This record gives sequence, structure tokens and C-alpha cells, in this order.
Amino acid sequence: MDELTSNLIAIGFMAGLGLILASILVLANKRLFVYEDPRIDDVEELLPAANCGACGSPGCRPFAEGLIDGTFEPSQCTVNAKESIQNIANYLGVDAGEANKRVARVACAGGNHVALIRASYKGLNSCRGAALVSGGGKGCVWGCLGMGDCGAVCDFDAITMDDYGLPIVDEEKCTACGNCVDICPKDLFELHSIEHQLFVACKNLEKGKETETECEVVCTACERCVVDSPEELITTSNNLAVINYEKNSLASPIAVNRCPTGAIVWFDNKGGYRTGKAGKKIIRKEPLPIG
Amino acid sequence: MTLLERFSTRKTFGHGIHPIAHKEATAELAIRRLPFAKQMIVPLAQHLGAPAKAIVSVGQEVVRGEPIAEPGGFVSVPMHSPVTGVVKSVDRLVATSSGPKTPAIIIDTYAASDQKVLFEGAVDIWQLTPKKLVHAIQDSGMVGLGGAAFPSHVKLLPPKGMSIDKVIINGCECEPYLTCDHRIMLEYTDKIILGIQMVMAAVAAKRAIIGVEDNKSDAFEMIQSKLPKDGSISCELVETKYPQGAEKMLINSLLNKEVPSGGIPAEIGVAVYNVGTMAQLGDLLPQSRGLIERVVTVSGYGVNKPGNYLVPIGTPLRFVLEQVGLKDDFSKIIMGGPMMGMTTASLDVAITKGVSGVVVLAPQSFENEKPQAYPCIKCGACLSACPISLNPSMLGQLAMVRDYGTMEGGYHLNDCFECGCCTYVCPSNLPLTQYFRIAKAINRKIKVKEL
Repeated sequence: MDELTSNLIAIGFMAGLGLILASILVLANKRLFVYEDPRIDDVEELLPAANCGACGSPGCRPFAEGLIDGTFEPSQCTVNAKESIQNIANYLGVDAGEANKRVARVACAGGNHVALIRASYKGLNSCRGAALVSGGGKGCVWGCLGMGDCGAVCDFDAITMDDYGLPIVDEEKCTACGNCVDICPKDLFELHSIEHQLFVACKNLEKGKETETECEVVCTACERCVVDSPEELITTSNNLAVINYEKNSLASPIAVNRCPTGAIVWFDNKGGYRTGKAGKKIIRKEPLPIG
Repeated sequence: MTLLERFSTRKTFGHGIHPIAHKEATAELAIRRLPFAKQMIVPLAQHLGAPAKAIVSVGQEVVRGEPIAEPGGFVSVPMHSPVTGVVKSVDRLVATSSGPKTPAIIIDTYAASDQKVLFEGAVDIWQLTPKKLVHAIQDSGMVGLGGAAFPSHVKLLPPKGMSIDKVIINGCECEPYLTCDHRIMLEYTDKIILGIQMVMAAVAAKRAIIGVEDNKSDAFEMIQSKLPKDGSISCELVETKYPQGAEKMLINSLLNKEVPSGGIPAEIGVAVYNVGTMAQLGDLLPQSRGLIERVVTVSGYGVNKPGNYLVPIGTPLRFVLEQVGLKDDFSKIIMGGPMMGMTTASLDVAITKGVSGVVVLAPQSFENEKPQAYPCIKCGACLSACPISLNPSMLGQLAMVRDYGTMEGGYHLNDCFECGCCTYVCPSNLPLTQYFRIAKAINRKIKVKEL
């Protein structure tokens, strides 16, 4: 057998094999075909691909599937830009929906200029680590430890620490994905509709004046805010003021001015919050000494 | 286990470390009683399990030894008043060395009282049925006095399908600085033996083994001389090594058996008790008294008069340190031993049932300041230190990328009992144990959320 024939045999054999395998693939493609709505891919293109989970589904593709079968509305993706939401709505021919923007809020206003630190913590630079050592050394065991675990887990750079060791949430960037809620060892983060402007920034469960020795902006459950709140908008439970957000439309900054410590705050939805007269009195800029 | 250890006659487990013992300051000092503080703080959650429920009201006068709280469930024990006095508050939140504030009963001590225990009544414990004996142990408020504070009666009622045929008594005291168990073994030997016999009667166990580390040979000889003649209880020396006093390690050393991963010692028919618990049981049960005081080692650089003190449970830490004298320069106060104890941030915490020692460490200096952590160099020192043969290096790297699920699912994170050996040996100063504690806390939180 000369070289040419053996080459031809080899080429012929490979071509035949390719043909057989190709026909198996063609057959498999016909037989095992799963129909997938081509719109899913198109919609997924328009989503931010952050896979943050803020919408309630595990990631962007399941959300896209939910959009097609109508379980979700385009605006439920809070991360997405407004134009993209409208594009999805136009593409699918549905209403964009009116999802309430939600943001994370911190239930502690006790920065190191107003809250007492009993012992200085030296060790792993993380709130989670500090919380394991006798609560972290802060006088108020419910308060923010200020080492910024929340900022580190935020995928959207929405949380920064201010000069007093308190996290500031950028309401523009926050998508309410809930990462900070999970990481905070003191459970200080709550996800709220941006319309919930009245907020109790304290989690101290102790009662009475003594608590003020540990933090100047503590909620002492004095009930002054409760007295003139309309229709039981504010009540107290567990020595804390509690706002019934079902009656949110009745909320007004009156309660803020009633508060003798500045524990209740009013978010102005412009990136900041304001406290009452008592809260304004605190003008200290330096951290309190440890002791 | 190295080849050398295999041929050695001393019983021991594989891996582990040898920290400096620092026991010489207090090992020779006899147990002394501390005076009563003016105000006692009795937290309702001093033990693992459900917190106790207060049964006294504000303004009520209580007598030393009187029950002031009832158990809040099966895994819970009652509390007894440590002093004769008047109840000031029943629900005030007080600081604890573990972090969160918990409700406590506050009692003002009557200064003029003779502080006699009036709540008692002699019982013939050998007439009691095993069931009643277990009840009597719960009524005495007894928890593991070695540090974990697990209610003692629960170990005597193993889950269905398990039975206890051996009782192991832990006299290792492997934590540096602590000498309270050493002194108890020397001074309360008879009561330990009595306590062991009662526990054996409660579960119908045939054998009991006391394990004592070989740096406490005087205690070993003392126990040997007082063992009952029938041979049901024996005492064995084990190697001085940390964490010899951990439940699972001592079982491994004495019986050469391993507790299954995620399991409890009852699965291999064993219950483990601390010598301090046995001494208190032997003291309290025959008189049906409650647990109102315990031996605490107060030691370390910052203490003027170190020693082993009999402290009423509920004594504020501030009072204890006033009595022993605290130096001005110290870096931290640890409740328990330096390896597994908890640094406290407040002096207003109380001495609870689980506090075996108070250690005041020297100020931070150039030599012992918090060292900088460097990346893992894969030297494997932590692997050859981990007493339960986990892979702390891998776990640490997973913790750094916050893959807590893989740590639990793939690398047996939940078997880690946080002894701190890996952190102790790490040449890169990685805070491994701290990482694991954080990982466990987050995994627990996620599980609660999923429920």
C-alpha cells in the first residue's frame, strides 16, 4: 500500500466517523430539544448582572425568567437604571410597575463622640471579631462597633464610615440587597422603604436615665414621642420606641423635636437626616476618652 | 501520634501544644474564702440552655441557699441565693463577659447576718432511685464547673438508644494559670470520691476513671490513697499537654476511643465530669443544698495576692479584684483561662457558675504587643497542632474569602471546639480561632434565618 492510499483511508475513516457523530448530534438536538423563551436572554442583557438578590430571586437570570412569566415587575430590580427598567417594560409590553425604593438604615446614632467606650479592643479588625470579645468593649452592648464590616461587604460601595465610626448609607447607591443586614453582629441594619422617614436610631433595651451614662443619644423609652403621636403611630415595647410603619402617612417630624436625646431621627431623603433640638446640642467633635 | 508517643507509657492524645503553665504562683496556696460583697448579681443565664426563671419578687428577704429561680426547661437549672439579704431587682440587665446584657437578680447582702445556710435537709442518697438522684442533681443547680457550665443532670439522661457505662472524671486542668482543680483534688478528695459514686449510682455505671495530668502528681497520689477498695474507681496519669482537659481529648487519651464527628460522648457510653463538679456534688447532695459558691483561681501579673478563693456565685468581679488587690498597669482581665477564656470589657460582671479563673495579664510591651498578621506560608504547624486533626490553614483561607458554607460542609468547622492551638503556633500570627468563631456565629445566624 502506498502512502497516498493509506492517507485516503485515514481521511475517509475520519470523515465517516465525523458524519456519524454529527448525525447523532443532529438527532439529539431534535429529540432532546428544550424550548427556552428567547426573550429571557434578551431581558437578561438589560439587567445589571449584579446577582445581588435584592429583588428576592437568587440572581439575575431567575429574575429574568420571573419577568417573562409575570411573577416580577421590571421595577423590582432596584439596582437597574431607570432607562433599562423602561426598556424591559417596553420590550415585554408590560407596565414597569412602581416599586418602592428601599434602603438600609442603621439603628444606632452613638458614634464615639457621644457613646462611652469601656475597654479598647485590640485584635482582628472586624466588628464580628470584636463582638465576640465581651461585646466589643462599647458601653452600650447593642451599639455600633464602628469597624466597618458592613462597608466591606457592600457590593455597591454604598456604606462609608464617618468621622465618629458610624456607617453612613448612600441612599442613591443602596439597593437594599441585605448584605449588611446579614454581616452586622449587632443586627443594626434594617431595610426600609425610602418613604419611612421617621426612624428610631437606637436598639438599647435598657430602661431609665442610667442608660444615658453610656450613650448620649440613647432611647430611654421616656414615651414623650408616644404622647402626641397620632393614632398610636409610635408605641414603646422592650424599652424602645417602635414606629408602626403601616400608619407611615401620619408620620411627621414632631416626634423628632419631642425626643430629649435625639434618638429619633427624620430622614430628609436628600442623603442626610435631622434630629431634634436635643440632638443638635451635641457639638463635640472629639471621641470620648476610654473609661 | 508520633512514634515516640506510641511507645510511651503515659496516656495521651495526638497533636496538641505545650504552653507555659504559669501555675507556680498559686499551686501551693490552699483554698481560702472571700468575704461577701455588699451587693450580689445573679444572672439568670449562667449555664448553657434555657435561662432560669426568677421566683422571688422585689423587696423579698432571702436566706443563703434559698432557691431564687426555677429551671426554664429540661436543659436548665435553678439558682440559689448566695447570701442572706433582700432582693433589690429581679430583671435588671447586667453586663456579661460574653457580650450581651442578660437579666439578673440583684440581692443586697445583710451586713449583720451570720450567713448560715439554712436551706438544707439531710437525705440518705443511697436510698434514692436513680431517677430521683438525677432530679436531686438538677435541684442542686449543678453545672459543669470546668468552664462550659453545661447542666450536669442532662449528661446523666442520654438520648434513647444510648447508655452510659463509664464515667470519666477530668482532673487535667490543662489551661495555664488555673490551679483551682488541683487544690480541690488535694483538699476535697473524699468529696470527689463521694460525688463520683453518686453519679455512678445515677446511671448504673460500673467504671469510673479519674484522669490527672502528670504535673500534678501530688494530687494523683492523694486520690490513689483514698480510692475505694472495690476497684470501681481508678486514677490514671495522663501527659501534661494542652488541651488534655477537653472532653473529647481526655476520652481519647484514657480509652483510646474517638467521639464521632458531631456526636456526644454518650454515643460511646461515656459521661465526662470535672473534679470540681464532683467535689461540689459530694458536698451538696447529702444535705440537699444548692450550688452557691465555687473555687476560682485569681492569678496573673496584675494581681497582688494571687490565690485559690472560694467565691460566692454572684460576687461582682470588681469586688473580687478589690479583695486581691489589682495593680494599676495591666492589659486585660480574662474570665477563665488564657487559652479559652473570655476577656471582659467591664468590671461589673459577676462571678458565675462557669468561671474557673480570673487572669490579669501584664501590660502590652514591645515583646508581647499584638503582632502583625502575615499571609499563610503553608508550613502546616496548625495541622500538627490541631488536636482533632482539622485543617486550620484551609479553614482560615476559606474564612478570609467568607466561604463559610464550605468551611462547615467540607472541612468540619463544627467539630472545632476553639481550643486555640492553631492560633498559638501560627508563625504568621493569623487569628485563626477568631476566624472560626466568626464563621460559626454567621452560620448560626443564617440557619436561624432559614428556619
